Amino acid sequence: MKNLKNRIALIVAILLVFLYGIFGIPQGVSGKALRAAMAKRIQLGLDLQGGVHLILKVQVEEAVSDETDSAAARVREALKTANITFSQVYKPDPNKPEIIQIDGTPAARASDVRSLLDEKFSNEYDVNGGTTDSSFTLSMKPLVEKALDEKTVQQAIETIRDRVDQLGVSEPLIQEYNLGANQILVELPGISDLDRVKTIIQSTARLEVHPVIGDGSGFSDDQAALASVGGTLPPDEEMLHGSGVVGASSDSDKVFIVDRAPVVSGSDFRSADPSTNPNTGQLNVRFTLTDEAANRFGDYTAANVGKYMAIVMGGRVREVAVIKEPIRDGSGVIEGSFTQDEVTILSKMLRTGALPASLVFLEDRTVGASLGADSIHEGVTAAIVGVLVVMAFMLIYYRSSGINADLALFLNLVILLGFLGYSGATLTLPGIAGVILTIGMGVDSNVLIFERIREEIRAGKVASAAVDQGFHHAWITIVDTHVTTIVSAAILFLFGTGPVKGFAITLTFGLLANLFTAVYVSRVIFEAHLNKLKPGEMVSI
Amino acid sequence: MGCKLSALKRREEETVEFFRSVNVNWLGWKWYFLAFSMIFSVAGIIKMSWNWKHTGVPVPLSIDFRGGTEVEIQFANRPDIDAIRKAIDAAGIKDARIQNYNENQPGSNEVIISAPEVANENSLDVARQQILDALRAHYNNPFNDTGVKVDTVGATVGKQLEQQATKAVLLSMAGMLVYLWFRFQLIYGVAAVVACFHDTLITVGAFALTGKEISLTVIAAILTLVGYSMNDTIVVFDRIRENLNFKRKEALPDLVNRSINQTLSRTVLTSGLTFLTVLSLFIFGGQVLNGFSFALVIGIIIGTYSSIAVAAPMLVAWQQFRAGKGKSAALPAARRSRA
Repeated sequence: MKNLKNRIALIVAILLVFLYGIFGIPQGVSGKALRAAMAKRIQLGLDLQGGVHLILKVQVEEAVSDETDSAAARVREALKTANITFSQVYKPDPNKPEIIQIDGTPAARASDVRSLLDEKFSNEYDVNGGTTDSSFTLSMKPLVEKALDEKTVQQAIETIRDRVDQLGVSEPLIQEYNLGANQILVELPGISDLDRVKTIIQSTARLEVHPVIGDGSGFSDDQAALASVGGTLPPDEEMLHGSGVVGASSDSDKVFIVDRAPVVSGSDFRSADPSTNPNTGQLNVRFTLTDEAANRFGDYTAANVGKYMAIVMGGRVREVAVIKEPIRDGSGVIEGSFTQDEVTILSKMLRTGALPASLVFLEDRTVGASLGADSIHEGVTAAIVGVLVVMAFMLIYYRSSGINADLALFLNLVILLGFLGYSGATLTLPGIAGVILTIGMGVDSNVLIFERIREEIRAGKVASAAVDQGFHHAWITIVDTHVTTIVSAAILFLFGTGPVKGFAITLTFGLLANLFTAVYVSRVIFEAHLNKLKPGEMVSI
Repeated sequence: MGCKLSALKRREEETVEFFRSVNVNWLGWKWYFLAFSMIFSVAGIIKMSWNWKHTGVPVPLSIDFRGGTEVEIQFANRPDIDAIRKAIDAAGIKDARIQNYNENQPGSNEVIISAPEVANENSLDVARQQILDALRAHYNNPFNDTGVKVDTVGATVGKQLEQQATKAVLLSMAGMLVYLWFRFQLIYGVAAVVACFHDTLITVGAFALTGKEISLTVIAAILTLVGYSMNDTIVVFDRIRENLNFKRKEALPDLVNRSINQTLSRTVLTSGLTFLTVLSLFIFGGQVLNGFSFALVIGIIIGTYSSIAVAAPMLVAWQQFRAGKGKSAALPAARRSRA
């Protein structure tokens, strides 16, 4: 072959490129240095290095419910401003948080109500009713609800990412999972303390300020609270527990009735920092609101001087304060008998934003690091034994041509591992199994070619023609077999999860590499060998 | 010329070859093949129906699909299963299953404890906590966090995974059918897919018969064996296609026999070597890959068998069926024979 030298140069270049992919520039050539270099380049899956794998479901209904709570408050406001009386604005079905109902508007003003609702709410809600009786319903448009769900999930992902950063995980994976099902996949390599992870991710450090109904002293229990409102809780109000007094012990429990819709909540906070109360020396958290929220809060406090507001955190009333004067500067302090650690975490939580809705764990998997190490050991042993057995057999069965096959196999492994190094794809235990199967497929290609060459020799062809025909015929079969296997690996990649995905990745990379090594590289070696043959001499196969 | 002859002669003396010029009438055995396939398929199906009736699922499922909690613990000292059971019982955990893990490996000291699915998804984590607490409190054999592996799967995710897995297997078969249709003819694709289905059925049946659990990685193995069996079938089909192109006066059964025989040494060599690599996986790969490599060990044997004994006879049977109806007797030759 005229350009044989070029081809050999190409193969050597590729070998070097992928060796770099595996090892980078190692510190030395000892086994230990090489292993360390390899560990740096090739990313191991959770099953091999240990870690936590979680699937969470975001309770998006809560975000929808929050949204309709505030819309209901706006409806009341709008009706009052337009001087339209109503008996109640509420959400009739707790299982359908997207529906708001308005009852008891005067029949004579039905068209006013209608045009008011159409004008102010028809962008997000379908407005119905007012024809037969005096009640109207607003139901959130499906598209709006879907967008809200999506936004909630994205916000939850952002929040979780910020929180996970505190754990100091090197390469966390946090992404939407099972599109449209409001699920989140979290993978944290190298972490084995599931409890801590859950506490940090799930923390509902959600800060809200709610208007308190009545005076700020609260009730001793649920019955007393209910009795004060005549036995049933109006739909736009809710009961919350908590001490209501700064510094009170956590078991002093009182009940407060508050407006369901908060004045300010999670996303209204711009910043939060730990600080100290100059009078008592106690640690507290100082926060500032966004401009928009600060205006809203200013208007609210101006209109409600003398009334009470409740600072609610994680669903518990932490503090009830009387509004002495309008608060315009949009900043405030959460007092409490905090420890240093609590203040730090609390302010971080507030700063990173609260979770927009609570989370439910659908799946969690933890692998301890030492069990992962065992798995690597077993997987690698199996792979090495498999490779050695196959290589030895090829040498015995195909003699010098076996060297071809073994070199091609070796190069295949180098390219495969190099791919992993470059692409940053993770190597999992099923991934190692994929490597082993790649070896099987690689051998298959060589066997196909060699058997065909033997056949051609038997049919009386000379060495170069036999090699040529052997490769030519086997090539068709090799393409067909590889494409079908890649098809199934691709489907596995699309529908599989975690470790199984790792299997699909190594198998696909391995097969692609094999198309190159078994056909191109092995051919070049044959050509080089044929060049050295005396006329009429046969290849050793 | 003389030079070449001597070279050839020397070659014959030294070369190791298993199947030099075999001439087996494979299609003559087709009724035995059918009987063999039926026995294994039906045995699997019977066992699966029996399982279905008694346990509600045809094949034992791992917690990936079943939902529940599985805790694997590496103890410092050799674990005593009875003592662990006492500790677990004392903590009031019901229906827990406790088994030794990696028993053959000295010093591994691993135990697997599984608890059934927690009904309330909000308290998915309870079982893990209970088990670990119970062992720390009632069983005096230390272990630490890095030696613990926990899998907790809720019912929702289990269902999802089950659907995904089924979808993946069916889709990959459909994908390959389309590819073969495009490369050969529809009947080749159908025959290959029937062979693959046959392999999958027998392999899953083997799990039912041995009581091994089907997990996510086992599904990966089944997909691999689908690809692998397809591989084997394609090699034979490729040869049939090639031979059909020579337009010799040769009856189809003879041609198919000849094609199988010509590719036989490759089939046996590749299967043998792949079998060896998978066997090393089965022996050295550890408990985690046990189900995976078990599926492949069975699958490779059945997959090799099916390309000779199921796929190729189907092609012939189809042609004879068409001939019987008075239609063209020729098997559609390749669209593209020599690429």
